Amino acid sequence: MIMEDAEAPHHMLLLRNFMSQGLVQNQPLLYASPAKDPRGFLGTLPCPSSSKDEKSRNHDTEQEKGLRIAWQYKKYFSENIDDHKDSKQEFCNDFDLRKPLERHFYSGQRVDCVSIKDSPNPATLHDRCATFLAQFPRNDGSFSCMGRIAIQSLCAPQCELSNMDWDILSFIRSLKSMLRSANAVAIITFPPSLLSPSFCKRWQHMADVLLSVKAIPDEDKELGKLLTGYQDMVGFLNVHKIARINTQVPMILEATTFSIKLQKRRFIVLECLNQAPIDGSSGTSYGTSGGCSGSSKSGALDF
Amino acid sequence: MENRALNLLDEALGLGYQTDPWPLRGRVVLIEDCVETSGCFVLYQLLKRTLSSQSPNNTVIFLAFSHPLSHYDRILRKLGCNLVAQRENGRFFFFDMLKLLCPDEKEERNGKGGFISLYWKIQNTIRALPENNKNHATIMIDDMSLMEVAAHGSSDHVLDFMHYCHTLTSELGCSLITLNHEDIYTSMERPAFMLQIKYLVDVLIKTEPLATGLAADVHGQLTVLNWGFCNVKGSSNNKISNFHFKVKENSVEYFYPGTRT
Repeated sequence: MIMEDAEAPHHMLLLRNFMSQGLVQNQPLLYASPAKDPRGFLGTLPCPSSSKDEKSRNHDTEQEKGLRIAWQYKKYFSENIDDHKDSKQEFCNDFDLRKPLERHFYSGQRVDCVSIKDSPNPATLHDRCATFLAQFPRNDGSFSCMGRIAIQSLCAPQCELSNMDWDILSFIRSLKSMLRSANAVAIITFPPSLLSPSFCKRWQHMADVLLSVKAIPDEDKELGKLLTGYQDMVGFLNVHKIARINTQVPMILEATTFSIKLQKRRFIVLECLNQAPIDGSSGTSYGTSGGCSGSSKSGALDF
Repeated sequence: MENRALNLLDEALGLGYQTDPWPLRGRVVLIEDCVETSGCFVLYQLLKRTLSSQSPNNTVIFLAFSHPLSHYDRILRKLGCNLVAQRENGRFFFFDMLKLLCPDEKEERNGKGGFISLYWKIQNTIRALPENNKNHATIMIDDMSLMEVAAHGSSDHVLDFMHYCHTLTSELGCSLITLNHEDIYTSMERPAFMLQIKYLVDVLIKTEPLATGLAADVHGQLTVLNWGFCNVKGSSNNKISNFHFKVKENSVEYFYPGTRT
C-alpha cells in the first residue's frame, strides 16, 4: 500500500512504473481508479528507457558490478531467452516519463480497467479482482504467468466507497486472502488524510508492504542547505513496513527514506537519504532541523 | 532441546517455575503491538511453548484471521515445532478464518452467525478432547482487529465472542491468548472495545519500538504486565518486566538494555 500525499501526486509515479513494468513483460493488469474512464490513464504510462541513452548505459554497467544478489540473476534470464530479444520481456526498471508506452502493450485483452467512481459498494471491484486472479492459481511448482492489480486512490472522496469504511476493509482483507493463493501482486494507493486516525492504522496493519510519499516544497532554503541535489528532488519515499510472509524476522533496511528525483525530467531515481550522525552527548541528530520526517511520530531523532 | 535455560519472557510469564498445572492455565493473555513493531513473534513463541513436550496434555485451538496454515507451519518448523504433526496427533486444531464472512442480522437471530457457530465449534472441539487434555486447551487468536473486520465493525459481536471464550477459561481452565494492534485504539476518542477487553486480561505483553528507532541488533522492547504472577515460593503478586529483543529465524533473543555483548 502507498499512502498518498495531498500536496502532490507522487504516488502516480510509482503506480505508473508498477503498471508499465508488468505490461512490458506481458503480465496481465487490472487497473481500478476513481476516474470515469480509467483506460485513458494507460496512455500516460511510461515507455522503457531507450538503450540509445549511452550515458545511462555506461552508468548501469558500472553499477552492475555492485548489484545485489537478486539483480544479478538478470544475466541468466537474458541468456535463456535468446529468441525473445525483440519482445522486450526483460525485466525493466528504468522508464522514460516523456515517452508513452507503445499502444500494443495495453490495447489487447491483457488490461482490464474498472472505475470505482459510481460503485455503491466494493462488491463489483471484489468480483473483478476475483475473476482476474482466477487466471493465476498458485500451484506448488512452476508458474507460467503473473498478474498485477493496481488500485488507485481507494477511498477517494469522489467515490461513494469513501463512506464505507468497514466494507473497504473487508474488501482489502478478502483481496489479501485471494492473493495468498494466486501468483499476483496488488498495489493500493490511498489518501490517509481522508481516513480517521483509527482506520488509517487499520489500513496500515493490513498492508504487507507499506510505503508513503511526501512532497518537497519548492524553494525551501533550509532544505536546500541540508540536502545535496535538492533542486532535482520532487519528493520523499518512506518505507514503513516490509512483508513478513513465512518468516518472523523483521527486515531492517539500511535506509527507509529515499529522495525521489527526476533526472533530465525523464527518469525517476530513488536515492537513499542517510541520517546525519547522532550527537553522542545529547542524542539529537545534527540534521533534525530539516523537518523531513517520514515517520508517523515526530521526535528529535526523526530525519 | 526442551530442557533449556529460561529466557526473560519465560521468566516474566512464570513458564519455567512449573509445568503442571501450566502457568497460563485459566488465564487471558493479550499481546499488543503497533505498525512499527510487530508482536507476531510473541504469539509464535507462546504457540511453540504451549505445544512443547514438557506439557504433553496441552492442546492449541488456533483461530487464524491473518495467514494461512503454511505461514505458521514454516515459521514454527524453524522454531523446532511441527504443526502438521501436532495436528495429526490431535494437539493442534487450526481454524482457517481468512474468509470468514461477516454475519448479517438475520443469521444472528437464527443463531447461525459466524461468531456463534465459531464458538460452538471451539466448545465442541474441547469437549471432544481426551479427558486429560480437556482442562489444558489454549485458544489463540491472530488477530483481534481482523475479527472486527470480519464482524463488519460490530465490536459488540467480537466482545460477546471474547466473553464466551472467557467463560471457557474460568469453567474449563482454558487459556486465551490473542494478538491485537494497540495503535488502532489509542487514536480513538473512546476506545470502549479495548477497555472492555483489557478488563478480562491477566497478562499484557506489549511490543514497542525503541525510542531510537529500528536497529539491526535490537528490534524493539517488550513490556510484560503479569497480574497474579505466581513465583517459585507459590505466592502471588503483580510483576512488570521490560527488556529488549532481537528476532531470529529459529529463536528470539531477550536481553536487558546494555547487557548484550
